[in-house]
Amino acid sequence: MNFLRKKLDDLKRPFGKGKKWEKYAPAINAFDTLLFVPNHTTSTGAHIRDAVDLKRTMVTVIIALIPALIYGIYNTGYQHYVQTGEAFSFFDAFIHGTWKIVPMIIVSYLVGLTIEFIFAIYRGHDVNEGYLVTGLLIPMIMPVDIPLWMVAISVAFAVLIAKEAFGGTGMNILNPALTARAFAFFAYPTYMSGNKVWVSEASNIDGISGETILGTLAAGGNVNYSFFEMFQGSIPGSIAETSALFVLIGATILIATGVGSWRIMLGSFIGAALVGFLFNLWGANALMSFSWVNHLVVGGFAFGVVFMATDPVSAAQTNKGKWVYGILVGVFCILIRVFNPAYPEGVMLAILLMNVFAPTIDHYVIQENINKRKKRWASALKTK
Amino acid sequence: MSVDIRIRRGAKIYLKGESEKILSEASPSKTFALKPNNFFGIVPRLMVKEGDKVAKGAAVFHSKKDTRILFTSPVSGIVKEVIRGAKRKILKIVIEQQEGDIITHKVPPSNSFDRESITEVLLKSGAWPFIKQRPYGITADPDLIPKAIYVSTYASAPLDVDFQFLLKNNKEDFQSGIDILNALVENPVVLSIDAAFSGFFEKIKGVELLRIKGPHPAGNVSVQIHKHMPINMGEKVWEVRPEDVVNIGKLFADGEYSAQRTIVVAGESVLNPQYIKTKIGALLTAVTDIAGFDKSQQNRFINGDVLTGKEEASDGHLDFHNNLLTIIPEGNHYRMFGWLPFIDNKIPSLSKTSLSWFFGKKGFSVDTNMNGEKRAFVVTGEMEKVFPMDIYPMQLLKACMAGDIEKMEALGIYEVIPEDFGLIDYANTSKIEAQEIIREGIELMIKEV
Repeated sequence: MNFLRKKLDDLKRPFGKGKKWEKYAPAINAFDTLLFVPNHTTSTGAHIRDAVDLKRTMVTVIIALIPALIYGIYNTGYQHYVQTGEAFSFFDAFIHGTWKIVPMIIVSYLVGLTIEFIFAIYRGHDVNEGYLVTGLLIPMIMPVDIPLWMVAISVAFAVLIAKEAFGGTGMNILNPALTARAFAFFAYPTYMSGNKVWVSEASNIDGISGETILGTLAAGGNVNYSFFEMFQGSIPGSIAETSALFVLIGATILIATGVGSWRIMLGSFIGAALVGFLFNLWGANALMSFSWVNHLVVGGFAFGVVFMATDPVSAAQTNKGKWVYGILVGVFCILIRVFNPAYPEGVMLAILLMNVFAPTIDHYVIQENINKRKKRWASALKTK
Repeated sequence: MSVDIRIRRGAKIYLKGESEKILSEASPSKTFALKPNNFFGIVPRLMVKEGDKVAKGAAVFHSKKDTRILFTSPVSGIVKEVIRGAKRKILKIVIEQQEGDIITHKVPPSNSFDRESITEVLLKSGAWPFIKQRPYGITADPDLIPKAIYVSTYASAPLDVDFQFLLKNNKEDFQSGIDILNALVENPVVLSIDAAFSGFFEKIKGVELLRIKGPHPAGNVSVQIHKHMPINMGEKVWEVRPEDVVNIGKLFADGEYSAQRTIVVAGESVLNPQYIKTKIGALLTAVTDIAGFDKSQQNRFINGDVLTGKEEASDGHLDFHNNLLTIIPEGNHYRMFGWLPFIDNKIPSLSKTSLSWFFGKKGFSVDTNMNGEKRAFVVTGEMEKVFPMDIYPMQLLKACMAGDIEKMEALGIYEVIPEDFGLIDYANTSKIEAQEIIREGIELMIKEV
């Protein structure tokens, strides 16, 4: 370790204060701090600090994403081979999925991190860890057959417009990963919906097609999957969102480590279940009579609520606000699914909509606190 | 009369190096120092110059705004040095102890205490700065009658003092100090005690007792005021530390300015952590000679606790108000892959991304490493967990950063002082310097309002 440390210190010398490459220090520091927690000591404020930092928090989210990612890779291969009718083993499916998905992840990280590094150097601050999560999320919520250049453009749009334009990490209004998906959805609709995009190679091989469950329902079709298949996730859909089971494992990690807000997750769950149940009672069309339990396990609902709605920057920030925000995400998700068949996947739009309203929700929660204080002041004046 | 206050949100951090219940005498301190920085909001005007002879209790400087507020020498001697910083700001006035005069004040007899005569003695003797005023934690304004005076004997910060033991030989002086403070305020002095161990404080007469239960920052006076009678706009509340109540009691017993200070020397680097009796502004070495510390490593000396104290050089002087000197190792080392969750669990952490809760039974070793880098506000909800007031801490911090006075006021700036954000400094993921932000916010309030 000491040897490595010395090598790094030698390497960093030209990036030091007043040296030739000082401007590029954020870039080299990003790599250095990935290896070592720096030797900085406290100078103002508390003399001791908690072991937690943003890197640790973000890495915890990545760990929570991994079960869903691995299942997504497997399911990509599984859907492909089931459709083609070829005989296949577990590993065949896995290898097929890996060849499809790993390049998407590499493209997402390359494009996104390049932009992040350029902005860090330009602004003279350290590279924030937020993109490590965003960069993994973006490929996980795309259809498997989307061309790599579209991934690249969506990433660039999300990082530049949704994040850096607002001032970088911590300042964005919209969740960057969902912004990337929304961009792709509206810019390249034929690659983001229909029955030719959800199964690997469906766009190239005529014999293959596969519509998502919500898509089928919206078109008035019948769904032939059992609840267990939907829960386990062996259904067509965006890469890593199909399995409610593996998303739940991720949710357990996020809640146990306190990184993801259980209030938002539970709130969304309650909101969606309630509205789903009410529509079941109404039951005017296929989407309305689709059981509320099934609504919770199909589509991106579980994935969106666990990994995207809980993004602390774009969600509501007060505890009360998180309940309201969570419940409304759930409510709007089912409303959009049922009333607007053009967008069968409601959760993306529901979260983006609530991202916009999160500051308003917080405003009213804070205002309640302020009003309480001012009332107290007024009554104190009266008694005097 | 007593009120129970139970605090739930907060954190007790157990550190190694807790003090033994031993009371020793300090070794003689060659020099003593007064530091204007210890008195938030005071702009000093020097009344002596280098080489002047000063008596014990003689004024060294006064407040520029209110010339009646004097800051006096804890010992007799000569002014050895006036140390100045940038823009000639006075940092420290060093007095070399020598045999010399003692100033005595004529004190009113205990049966005829009245506000004016007490205020006059406190001001002239230099005991007035023992009284701090809320909002803002500034030196009290002698012209006003506060809503209440709070004395907290419950110290909840890491390694903090047990006032029950610290003041065990000063019971009478403590009672007479309380009697004197009672003459300055309409309602009885509010005395807060540890609900678990009350001891002689319970028998103090003429006070309203608050029994406090709960983790740090339950011992902070801000939290106690907030739960008891929150400060409204325009109201002023005073605060006196327990040993200074004793100092006031002693002043009125013999007319001499009393600068007694019992220091707990604690922390992992300390060899024999214990209580040591000395005087305000003494050399650190006067107490560290007795307690000893590990000289084989680089240490940080902190006047106060690890969350809110001020760094001091090992040959520096004690501060005016603190009863605690913490010595912990510096943390200027690298940790390979230390940012992975569940790695380095020996570092105390309130986050569940660490297993430290499992390892801390016997107290944690800590050092001064930042354990990460500064980032923008990202994680939400973690500040509220260690902030037991009905105030939104993150929103208040943002209002201070933006310098939005109206918002700061509405969000509760009158009810907090920087030290209340010590745990937030410690616990927040983005390593935001909350105490510094609040201090700057309060400075802005003082300037503008």
